[in-house]
Amino acid sequence: MSEAVDVKTLQINGHEVSALRGQTILQVARENDIDIPTLCHLDGLSDVGACRLCLVEIKGSNKLLPACVATVYEGMEVTTDTERLQKHRKTILELLFAERNHICSVCVSNGHCELQSLAQQEGVTHVRFPYRNPELTVDASHERFTVDHNRCVLCTRCVRVCAEVEGAHVWDVMGRGINSTIITDLNDNWGESSCTRCGKCVQVCPTGALFDKSKIGSDHPKYPDFLPYLNEMREAQ
Amino acid sequence: MTQTITIDPVTRLEGHGKITIQLNGQGEVEDAHFHVTQVRGFERFSQGRPFYEMPSLMARICGICPVSHLIASAKACEAIMAVRIPHTAAQLRRMLNLAQMVQSHALSFFYLSSPDLLLGMDSDPAMRHIFGVVGAKPELGRAGIALRRFGQHIIELLGNKRIHPGWVVPGGVTEPLAAAKRDEILAMLPEAYAGIKLALIAYKQIADTFKPEIEVFANFPSLYMGLVNEDDSVEFTDGALRLIDAQGNVVEDGITANRFTEVIGEAVEPYSYTKFAYYKPLGYPEGSYRVGPLARLNIAKTMGTPLADVELAEFKQLAVGPVQGSFHYHHARLVDILYGIEKIEQILTDPLILDKHVRAVAGVNRLEGAGQAEAPRGTLHHHYKVDENGLITWANLVIATGQNNNAMNKGVLQAAKHYVKDGKFTEGMLNRVEAVVRTFDPCLSCSTHAFGQMPLAVSLLSADGEVMDRVIRS
Repeated sequence: MSEAVDVKTLQINGHEVSALRGQTILQVARENDIDIPTLCHLDGLSDVGACRLCLVEIKGSNKLLPACVATVYEGMEVTTDTERLQKHRKTILELLFAERNHICSVCVSNGHCELQSLAQQEGVTHVRFPYRNPELTVDASHERFTVDHNRCVLCTRCVRVCAEVEGAHVWDVMGRGINSTIITDLNDNWGESSCTRCGKCVQVCPTGALFDKSKIGSDHPKYPDFLPYLNEMREAQ
Repeated sequence: MTQTITIDPVTRLEGHGKITIQLNGQGEVEDAHFHVTQVRGFERFSQGRPFYEMPSLMARICGICPVSHLIASAKACEAIMAVRIPHTAAQLRRMLNLAQMVQSHALSFFYLSSPDLLLGMDSDPAMRHIFGVVGAKPELGRAGIALRRFGQHIIELLGNKRIHPGWVVPGGVTEPLAAAKRDEILAMLPEAYAGIKLALIAYKQIADTFKPEIEVFANFPSLYMGLVNEDDSVEFTDGALRLIDAQGNVVEDGITANRFTEVIGEAVEPYSYTKFAYYKPLGYPEGSYRVGPLARLNIAKTMGTPLADVELAEFKQLAVGPVQGSFHYHHARLVDILYGIEKIEQILTDPLILDKHVRAVAGVNRLEGAGQAEAPRGTLHHHYKVDENGLITWANLVIATGQNNNAMNKGVLQAAKHYVKDGKFTEGMLNRVEAVVRTFDPCLSCSTHAFGQMPLAVSLLSADGEVMDRVIRS
């Protein structure tokens, strides 16, 4: 006999919705066509709650919770789009733009960039913070790919896809706080690392930080949709 | 008592510039300078960037002639990749470059200079602009706007964007030409032909009335440089550079991009952020030369298209040997436009123009590369060095305005000496000094400025810097 399905009932933006125990608020919201912006989340990868764009309000709690990692409970009342949340999301995006050097006009991902789309969607017209303009490097030592740290938002999707899906764990994060940076192996050049050259990290990168050398110019769409499919096929085996 | 007249900023130019005129104790002009007062820093901040990003990065130098930068830059990258791009890609780029030349020349002639030419150098400054031209000569005004639209629309059809199209990449272009777009361009040709014919007729009618200006608008012998094909026809995108002297003798020929620095040097002067290019064997400033429409027409023996060839023959009648007066840049610009339209039509009939193979792919095969093309205002040269991973370690750009810099300065001095007498000047006289610079259509490292928003301030300063008089045109 199969285990009884544990169903939770909750409200998102005033709508009654039902969910399975253990589901995240983000999963349930998306199943019900309720949009919550995300950046570090990607279907097919584990969640780390790093970018904080998916913060939501829960009735009875002063804390804002990241919808990608917060699980549902019975009677939960979630609000996803208040003025306070909009303000926070806008601020987070502005801080991301101010932190490194994002020059859309000359970026390979211009027009295909998740950071750019989010900024447009959330109505970011100006960055109110002073730009830090850090001096960051570009590693073009790899035969096929390049990493431009100027455009990295530290979402760690590359780290996760490499470790969880490819199983190589070439990418990781070095340093702390503002000095954090993604690295290959023990901060070796990408071209001299243990990289398997699969290119998954490039496809999941939300910005132009990781890109394919053959896709030069400004037309470099990325196709991260392969991940859920890949996971499903692997589970079926 | 010595005095300085300052014209700051110079109006109806692309970018920021100013002119200073030094007067001696007798109120006679002693010296004059044309200053470019901005620094951009592209050569510095491109260091560390992947070389294949250079075309789109360098295109941002200018909103008027981004295509020239795209092409010169892409060619420098192709030298690094050591590839020859597919024939169709080369033809499509040639068409893009010509479309830009047409729109840029239309901007220079109709928007920036025709107010002087059609309304008069001394006409009311409040009306001396494109709207004034449209009011006084509606047909010509419309033709100018239509020609600019013609060029811009072709750029948009080919590159999906009017300004800074990302279509030109190292190795070729990103997308082939669709038949529907080719047909759309062909359908635009009749209006373009009609517009340029009207402009040529109108210009020739008024040119004679500017004889006094022609005499003193940077009218002196000099060297000329521009791209030509092996058959001596004018070229904008490929070919090699030729340098001729003031008598029309070929001084240096077959200057390919990688030979450029053997032949051309760059000097700096403390009063300008723009460098001064010169022909190395003659040194600076004796080796200064002119580039752009006047140079191209002086160098080429044929345009390679029937209607423009008729115009070229007529143009060459203006002088025995090279045409030396910079006022004739205006005329040459119109011949260029006609050539551009004809050449675009020729390119569109190329049986391979719709071919799908438009891009060559390669990595870093050389650590240094240079590329050159004719921008509307003259020869443009990009030169890069990269590390083994293709990151830029050094970049140098030699732009047309730098190559015309010495001639512009000499021209400003020539006109100032003629027009400023006894320390007196009028608004019309100052406009003529500015108009000398406008003949060259310089691109002062910057993109467009909305016309009419910048006031022109002229100050008369005493030797100790005290303002003696000040005239402001708002």
